[in-house]
Amino acid sequence: MAFIGRRLLSTLFVLLGVSLVVFLLIQLVPGDPARAVLGMGATQEAVEQIRAELGLDQPLAVQYADYLGGLLQGDLGRSLVLSKDVAEVIGPRFANTILLTVAALVLCIAVGVPLGIIAARHQHSVFDRVAMFICLAGASVPVYWFGLVLIGVFGVTLGWFPTSGMFNTRNPGGLPDLLLHLVLPAVAAALVPLAVIARMSRSAMVDVLNQDYIRTLRASGLQERSLLWRHGLRNALPPIANIIGLQVGYLLGGVIFVEVVFGWPGLGQQLYTSITARDIPVVQAGVLFIALAFVLVNLLADITVNLLDPRTRRRSA
Amino acid sequence: MSTTTTAEVAGKAPVAAGPPLAPRTAKSPRFKLALRAFSRDKAAVVSAAVLVLVVLASIFAPLLTPYDPTVGSASERLSGIGTPGHPLGLDGQGRDILSRLLHGGRNSLLVGVVPVAVVFPLALMIGLLAGYTHGVVSGIIMRLLDVLFAFPLVLLAIALSAVLGAGMDNIMLSIGVTLVPYMARVAYTATVQETEKEYIEAARAYGATTREILWRELAPNVVTALVVYATTLCGLMIVVASGLSFLGVGITPPTPDWGIMTSDGASVLLEGKFHVATIPGLMILIVALAFNLVGDGVRDALDPRKQTS
Repeated sequence: MAFIGRRLLSTLFVLLGVSLVVFLLIQLVPGDPARAVLGMGATQEAVEQIRAELGLDQPLAVQYADYLGGLLQGDLGRSLVLSKDVAEVIGPRFANTILLTVAALVLCIAVGVPLGIIAARHQHSVFDRVAMFICLAGASVPVYWFGLVLIGVFGVTLGWFPTSGMFNTRNPGGLPDLLLHLVLPAVAAALVPLAVIARMSRSAMVDVLNQDYIRTLRASGLQERSLLWRHGLRNALPPIANIIGLQVGYLLGGVIFVEVVFGWPGLGQQLYTSITARDIPVVQAGVLFIALAFVLVNLLADITVNLLDPRTRRRSA
Repeated sequence: MSTTTTAEVAGKAPVAAGPPLAPRTAKSPRFKLALRAFSRDKAAVVSAAVLVLVVLASIFAPLLTPYDPTVGSASERLSGIGTPGHPLGLDGQGRDILSRLLHGGRNSLLVGVVPVAVVFPLALMIGLLAGYTHGVVSGIIMRLLDVLFAFPLVLLAIALSAVLGAGMDNIMLSIGVTLVPYMARVAYTATVQETEKEYIEAARAYGATTREILWRELAPNVVTALVVYATTLCGLMIVVASGLSFLGVGITPPTPDWGIMTSDGASVLLEGKFHVATIPGLMILIVALAFNLVGDGVRDALDPRKQTS
């Protein structure tokens, strides 16, 4: 429990730092942020109004205190372009992003981890070499380009899957329609983290299989399958869980591109639109929420690792 | 134990804050061993050759290509691969794709590699000081880096580019800032691991100063770890930078760049013209993969246990 307490405390510190970095983003806009938002032709009055609206006429410390106070009450500010509260813009989109991310993550775990374990079991075999080379190549693929290739092959040429959006716009069809629209974006987002997870799972499993207790179990006549999936996996899981937690960061980054390519109405697509429109408060909120999701996932991953690993469990008890 | 040759392999001397390192020569046995081990790794050698070829083709692009990469001919618009005079076809504005690919290499490679090279000495310094001295300042720096770690790499690069505005300098700055925590952590971990080894204890025992231990003993070995990581990062950063250009917060059109070319291709994809987006993306993939394989080769070549076989 002491571990969890310490971990929560450091997470709190990191979250505070994240809010500060996100707050400072607007200060990085070259020149006067208010003018940058409005463009060169804006009147002085309009600029002053935006400055007041964004609180830019206050000292920096006061601005941050206001910002943080607002955040804690769920107030993310007001969009400069959409004449809506940022929370209204971000909220529904965040749910869509989570849906896409979870779908991709399930793919990563369901395919990546077994792939790595089987490769480790048949270390140096043709399967191992080919699979691991493909994964190395997979880890080098630009996500947005892979999305386009999927659209070209499975959307345009074969016509199996829709290429854009979450639902059929003319004839929305509920859950089956949603799942059909989810396939290509989820595969596109999953590729890179899946490849990395497979490679890391392989090396974690190879380490475990080289340990003495596995040799002893094998010598005592235990079946290879139970050796691998029962005794081996149990000890390989903590490092694998760790890697999965870190890969969620890459996944969330990749999802931004996937949403733009596939027109998926999530945070990433909103971020893209708002960047183009220089709607800085929405950009800030989008960045904040994605970082928040990443921090929480890593917190969960760390606690899971702690619970899975008998060694750390004993130490913290 | 001579530990200076690894810095030579790196091609970059550690930052000039400490006493000069012992004379480094390309003839030293350790460099020779590493070079020999690297030359036995076929995948790494082929990848290195590919990278050299791509870099040369990009540098000499104006001499190699008869077309202006920013001017197209509308009549031949979207002609496919194998069009006479245009081996890789033309894009949506009738521009020669091969010319754009070679010219684009100049920008796409630079924005990936320069930030890694610039952050390298900074990360080395942070990692060494924080890993060895455990001072208050370095502790604070590491906590601050933890905050930057909370942002997914691509997200932070996008956010910074978005507020700074598009342009070559701004992407390199954004990517550079994003890289600091990652590279510093690798240097930090390597420093902590090396500090526990006996040669550091020995150096302390015969009265070496902290400065000497840091720059003469630790730095060369930490540089090795960082070089391996940096090589792989170059590939990854080329992918990330092209992504920024794809989103429109990177290099601005009509300047040729592989990310922008892919983005141009996206708009004609639904017309069934796949080559415009496929070719530049494939180029990014090949270069990133080559950096990965070279990185693996360098890692194995610098590992004394794998050198002699």
